[in-house]
Amino acid sequence: MKYRDEYRTPDAARAYAEAIARITTRPWTLMEVCGGQTNAIVRFGIDQLLPKAISLIHGPGCPVCVTPIDYIDKALEIAGTPGVILCTFGDMLRVPGTQSDLAAARARGADVRVVYSPLEALAVAREHPDRDVVFFAVGFETTAPANAMAVYQAEREGLVNFSVLVSQVLVPPAIRALLERSGNRVQGFLAAGHVCTITGYAEYEPIARRHRVPIVVTGFEPLDILEGVYRCISQLERGESFVENQYSRAVRRPGNQLAQQVMEAVFQVVPRQWRGMGGIPESGLGLSPAYRSFDAEARFGEVSDREEVTGECASGAVLRGEIRPDQCPAFGTRCTPEQPLGVTMVSEEGACAAYYRYRRQPGGQSHE
Amino acid sequence: MSNISGDHCPLAHDGQDVVKMAHGGGGRAMAQLLDSLFRPAFDNPWLERQHDGAVLDMPGSIAFTTDSYVVRPLFFPGSDIGAMAVHGTVNDIAMCGAEPQYLSAGFILEEGLPLATLRQVVESMATAARATGVRIVTGDLKVVERGKADGLYINTAGVGRVVAAHPIEPGQVQAGDRLLLSGDIGRHGIAVMAAREKLDLESAIESDCASIAAPVLALLNEGISVRCFRDLTRGGLASGVVEVAETAGLAAEVREADIPVREDVSAVCELLGLDPLHVANEGRFIAVVAPEDVDRAIAILRRHGVSEAAVEIGQFIEGSAGRVTAQSLIGGSRIVDRLSGEQLPRIC
Repeated sequence: MKYRDEYRTPDAARAYAEAIARITTRPWTLMEVCGGQTNAIVRFGIDQLLPKAISLIHGPGCPVCVTPIDYIDKALEIAGTPGVILCTFGDMLRVPGTQSDLAAARARGADVRVVYSPLEALAVAREHPDRDVVFFAVGFETTAPANAMAVYQAEREGLVNFSVLVSQVLVPPAIRALLERSGNRVQGFLAAGHVCTITGYAEYEPIARRHRVPIVVTGFEPLDILEGVYRCISQLERGESFVENQYSRAVRRPGNQLAQQVMEAVFQVVPRQWRGMGGIPESGLGLSPAYRSFDAEARFGEVSDREEVTGECASGAVLRGEIRPDQCPAFGTRCTPEQPLGVTMVSEEGACAAYYRYRRQPGGQSHE
Repeated sequence: MSNISGDHCPLAHDGQDVVKMAHGGGGRAMAQLLDSLFRPAFDNPWLERQHDGAVLDMPGSIAFTTDSYVVRPLFFPGSDIGAMAVHGTVNDIAMCGAEPQYLSAGFILEEGLPLATLRQVVESMATAARATGVRIVTGDLKVVERGKADGLYINTAGVGRVVAAHPIEPGQVQAGDRLLLSGDIGRHGIAVMAAREKLDLESAIESDCASIAAPVLALLNEGISVRCFRDLTRGGLASGVVEVAETAGLAAEVREADIPVREDVSAVCELLGLDPLHVANEGRFIAVVAPEDVDRAIAILRRHGVSEAAVEIGQFIEGSAGRVTAQSLIGGSRIVDRLSGEQLPRIC
């Protein structure tokens, strides 16, 4: 299991930081797309090693964070239906719906089970043929192949008591939407390495060309991120904008074609609401007509497609990279992981939770 | 053993026989269970007296603690609920600067629990108690209906003679005091999680469950200026350090590079999105000692198997109470906070 210490050595990190400082001649704003990268940046203090001229802003790449509240409410409604077993990844448990969350529903008697893979949910369905087993299929392109595989298997086995509540989202349309927003400040992207292991990165090439932004497919270890920043800044300083692959030990341009095939068979591209970003065309996956009978929305009712009203929570602005989590007036005071106003404070990958965990001063504010 | 009123001896057919409601009823079935299993396993004069409680002769200051054990599964790589119920309470007594001596054991059994399983747990408790030098001198047994408990729950309480000449508590910690850690962290939590969720790991990660009384008493007996001990159970190292710092009214700094985490443990943490600093341990503690005693304290700790990998990981400093910062592996810094809520594995 040796695979990471070589990506965490302090001397190499310092050397990268110095190299970045040497080539940086003016201010640049980069966005890391993935919540895993945000978490690593804040946990290891990577941003503290960078020159002041470089701002890293945190993108919308936390699948839990962008799942619309209507889906959480639907999951709660399904979990509360007699005879149903709702299976979900662990980090959905504490995501607040309008009234409650799945952890509280479980405490009140709903049969909510944490699984590590959708195939486990399938096993639950085999074990309990008399119960309706619903898997809450959330995530980016990283989780889509396994979720598709579960549906594909269920169809082959004729597991009629299995269905999925799908809230899958896609990264490239979100990047396009961010770039097309008025007031966009992002000049370069660190794209999410794990997403690209599945999809490859050909789809990012027209975005880089059209919007003249460098996009560097980047891994998750401290040295990966520093190298991603270095490559992005060096393109910007040279006035270039193309797609580069920093994470070549895992990512190839065409991606994982077997995974893409099963995704394409089971899912189709649909418009999706994103928490914090509103509706984005062609930004999600839903079940294709051939697999519609496994759609939990077909069995338990459609999820509404309305835009969310967020109240005091500024997570929309955080997810769009307009403010840092600690610039929200509620951060660390009226909003904490125990009493979250929004989901970015709940999820392990959420930017607000990462700042709260690793940057907070007692009393609320973060430290620089 | 005589066969009373047509009932079979409850332990005659290990492997098939199970706990019945009658075993908790205070009647013959319960008496048989106590006679045939608990008293022989724990074997001591207090239990032989078959009295309502144990009368102990204990001069001087006494440390007193209790803990309940509800771990699932009951057996996991490296340990089980029985050994945990002894070590956990023994360790809490030791953390008070006391020598653990006597335990009570309360059992809540679920109807249908195989008697063979119960025997295994009780024998594991007995082995752990013997190895640690504590006696289980009084106890209680209840049976609840099937479905009302995860097989069995155990509560133990314990007392021990205080050997420390000065109070051993967070309030004694001063700025400049050093933070020693008794060994690698995170193994117990990962072992239990892997067993519970049936994660297929390349190699089994074994719990670190063990008594830490011996090295603790050695530090005290050899005159180390110990300010405070804290065992790193639920909430892990992070919660332990934050709690001590909060109560002491001090800040603390730790160096992540010096905190030992086994490679397999850290790989599982990475996969599941857990911070090893938050993962539970059952045989690890921190000792806060005066700066001039660091080298001697580490040498003493390393003489004991359970703390042979002891290291210094940081210090307490003036600053906001409870503010703990870690120097990251690559040289940045971050806040170390308590775990909030339960540990949940992430999506991707």
